[in-house]
Amino acid sequence: MANVTKLHINGTVYSVDADPQASLLSVLRDQLDLTGSKYGCGEGQCGACTVLIDGNPRHSCVTKVGAVGARKITTIEGLERDGQLTPVQQAFVDEGAMQCAYCTSGMIMTATAMLRAIPNPTAEQVHEYMQGNVCRCGTYQRIVAAVLRAASAMNRNSAKEAS
Amino acid sequence: MDEKLTTPVTLPEIEVERYELSAPPPYHFELQRRDFFKALGAGLLVACVLKDAFAFQESGGRRGQFRREDQLPREISAWLHIGENGTVTGYTGKVEIGQNIRTSLSQAIAEELHFPIERIELVMGDTKLTPFDMGTFGSRTTPTMNLRLRQVAAAARDTLVAMAAKQWSANPQELVAADGKITDRANNRTVEYAELVKGQQLTELMPEQDPLEPATEWTVEGRPIRKIDGRDFVTGSHKYPSDQKLPGMLFGKVLRPPSFGATLVSVNPPDATVMPNVTFVHDGDFIGVAAPTEGEAIRAAKSIKAQWKEQTGQPSSETIYDYLKTYPAPTGGEFGERTSKYEVGSLDAGMSAADHRLHQTYTVAYIQHAPLEPRAALAQWSGNSVTVWTGTQRPFGVRGQLAETFHIPEDNVRVLMPDMGSAYGGKHTGECAIEAARLARAANRPVKLVWTREEEFTWAYFRPVGVMDVSAGVRGDGTITAWEFHNYNSGGSGIGTMYDVANQRIVFHPTQYPLRQGSYRALAATANHFARESFMDELAHELKMDPFEFRMKNLKDDRLRAVFEASAKKFDWGQTKKPGHGFGMGGGFEKGGNVATFAEVSVDRATGAMHVERVVCAFECGAIVNPDGLRNQIEGGNTMGLGGALFEAIHFANGKILNPHFAQYRVPRFSDVPKMETVLVDRRDIPSAGAGESPLMGVAPAIGNAIFDATGVRLRAMPLVPNGLKAT
Repeated sequence: MANVTKLHINGTVYSVDADPQASLLSVLRDQLDLTGSKYGCGEGQCGACTVLIDGNPRHSCVTKVGAVGARKITTIEGLERDGQLTPVQQAFVDEGAMQCAYCTSGMIMTATAMLRAIPNPTAEQVHEYMQGNVCRCGTYQRIVAAVLRAASAMNRNSAKEAS
Repeated sequence: MDEKLTTPVTLPEIEVERYELSAPPPYHFELQRRDFFKALGAGLLVACVLKDAFAFQESGGRRGQFRREDQLPREISAWLHIGENGTVTGYTGKVEIGQNIRTSLSQAIAEELHFPIERIELVMGDTKLTPFDMGTFGSRTTPTMNLRLRQVAAAARDTLVAMAAKQWSANPQELVAADGKITDRANNRTVEYAELVKGQQLTELMPEQDPLEPATEWTVEGRPIRKIDGRDFVTGSHKYPSDQKLPGMLFGKVLRPPSFGATLVSVNPPDATVMPNVTFVHDGDFIGVAAPTEGEAIRAAKSIKAQWKEQTGQPSSETIYDYLKTYPAPTGGEFGERTSKYEVGSLDAGMSAADHRLHQTYTVAYIQHAPLEPRAALAQWSGNSVTVWTGTQRPFGVRGQLAETFHIPEDNVRVLMPDMGSAYGGKHTGECAIEAARLARAANRPVKLVWTREEEFTWAYFRPVGVMDVSAGVRGDGTITAWEFHNYNSGGSGIGTMYDVANQRIVFHPTQYPLRQGSYRALAATANHFARESFMDELAHELKMDPFEFRMKNLKDDRLRAVFEASAKKFDWGQTKKPGHGFGMGGGFEKGGNVATFAEVSVDRATGAMHVERVVCAFECGAIVNPDGLRNQIEGGNTMGLGGALFEAIHFANGKILNPHFAQYRVPRFSDVPKMETVLVDRRDIPSAGAGESPLMGVAPAIGNAIFDATGVRLRAMPLVPNGLKAT
């Protein structure tokens, strides 16, 4: 199988030269210096490597780069627009929902996908959706608060746009 | 000072945290004054000198510790630079492992310097640029480094005021320093700190002082400031140790033995004709490769044929507790020369005076820190000097290890610690740095090595396993008359009892142990508190007394009483329980922190499902530096404590770790987390202590006691419910 030469990431087409069997995570980190996605376990068990592929949260550590094709990848680096944080990013800052923050990018990517699917989640729905993401520092309660805060900020924004 | 240090709660005969102790390497602080200003630009430099060194300098003049006039002394603990460009930079050997001391230490500088916190930079844990520091552990940052930085900042402010007074021929008493400026209100003039130091190369040295009076008028400290550089983390722009990169860098991979104690018999390198880009290293028992991509390094490592001789007859996670009681540490070993003992009164007399006597044994399993960022290092050689970026709590310790390993002077080693993906006591050592450096030397290129999760679960060290034997005598009225406590292997921290008992014998027994073990967040205190506070509940049950009432009857210490009372109130101890629910408590004192944790659990005996519904934790550690950071530490500590209490355990047999993956080693996840409420007791009259560890201590006994309350089942082994709690 030929090497992967192109990836669509954060609205840009990147040239790469990657063994199709290589993990998407290693290509993002080692070839493109997009190091916001983290290695935590390499087995899809901790969520630190979560990226969006066509809007769906995926563990990039167990995603073969050869399987991505022309689908659109979003990483943590692709969220901020013109210096403006997304409501989810902002809510993590405002709630102080981090300690070492190594899990934070994976948490934010998962939460971003969740709020598209479930715009008004309950705390229980957040628990369930984000169960695959580990915060070893134990800031779960704050992360839930941040996700709920982001949800209400986004709902306020869309209400404003609608009116 | 804290009067508690003289009470039996902290036992001077028993070491505090054996696995964290390490001799400091000789100071190697060589930066010259002119180099410093060359690097930083002109300005004012204020440095805090260790007390003894300063006294020596004062009495012995400048030839002594200060070897030449243009050199700074070696024995500096922290320094601060006020630059002519308007920036303020603090330097400390402490490192950011995720507990947000970059924020709290910046607060310390801002507080005393009267300078905007957002314009303060902190350089941390760079062995070339920062003063020597033993390491970031033992909850020592807040009581020591926070104070040191406050001191240098206060001295800098005084110097700046004096400079302004001189410039204006004004009375310094009439000048006000605020927001980075000095103002002479009477004459309506203002000067920025930066203007005052323009073109200057001023150095001021000051001795470490006894603790400043806790500030009752703090304006920056005492405030709930969020992670100061939080934005860099939500955008993914912060570079952790594992994110570091250099041009021409190779990726390393180490071939591990199949089990603990295995020795290498023979090894065949990878086929160089198939893998020409791979550097192969075989040096003693070390086997590793470096290659241009991670994939190539993994393939090369897999192709190595190595034969090992494995050690047989090693204990397993099933037999370990008997093993600890059977094999005391040999005398003269690394740790095990002596049994540490504390005795007061007469145990026999105390037991004779009792109406009830009870004896129980408790155990704690080996557990892993499992920091989400595994060990990582990037090493680069230049001639006979090496620079290593790595995740460690002890950059200066790692520098010493590198120097020793490669037979080079410490001056030839620079270790840098980018703010890392946590540690919890698990990254005191430099094995990954050494491995990366060994590969980089062979490859003559920079090499990055990131341990896999499996390596981290297997070859990093563990929190020690332990056995605790407890006996006590109590009178019918609830007075404890005798207390005997033995800890095998897990450590002496928190081994004493804070309850008022006239007759005590407390012994720590070092033992032999099969796995690599070391420091852990609230290491032995967790084990000792679990045993003591569970046993207190068992005594209360024996006496048919309310566990809270029983504790209060035997507890004189005001600070501990205060947190127990605060927690009981918030929890509403004594309220009616739902069916299947139970309440429990646990608490204690360690490393300057007083904690009382109350838990509510629900148990379904039919399915075995058990959930911690609610945790209330009251905590007091003196004057609170950052209430938000403190709450975050308490919530996080409670969550981590919950993992070890309920289900975390390393399974092993024949020197092999049997569950080295997150799929097999269960850590707390979203659904495990109870509703957590914290009660902060702020004592502005008591110097601030650390809070990263002691909040963990009460969790396991509180949960175990609550399970007993709900079910009548007494659990004496941590983890308590690795397989649920189904009625049999």
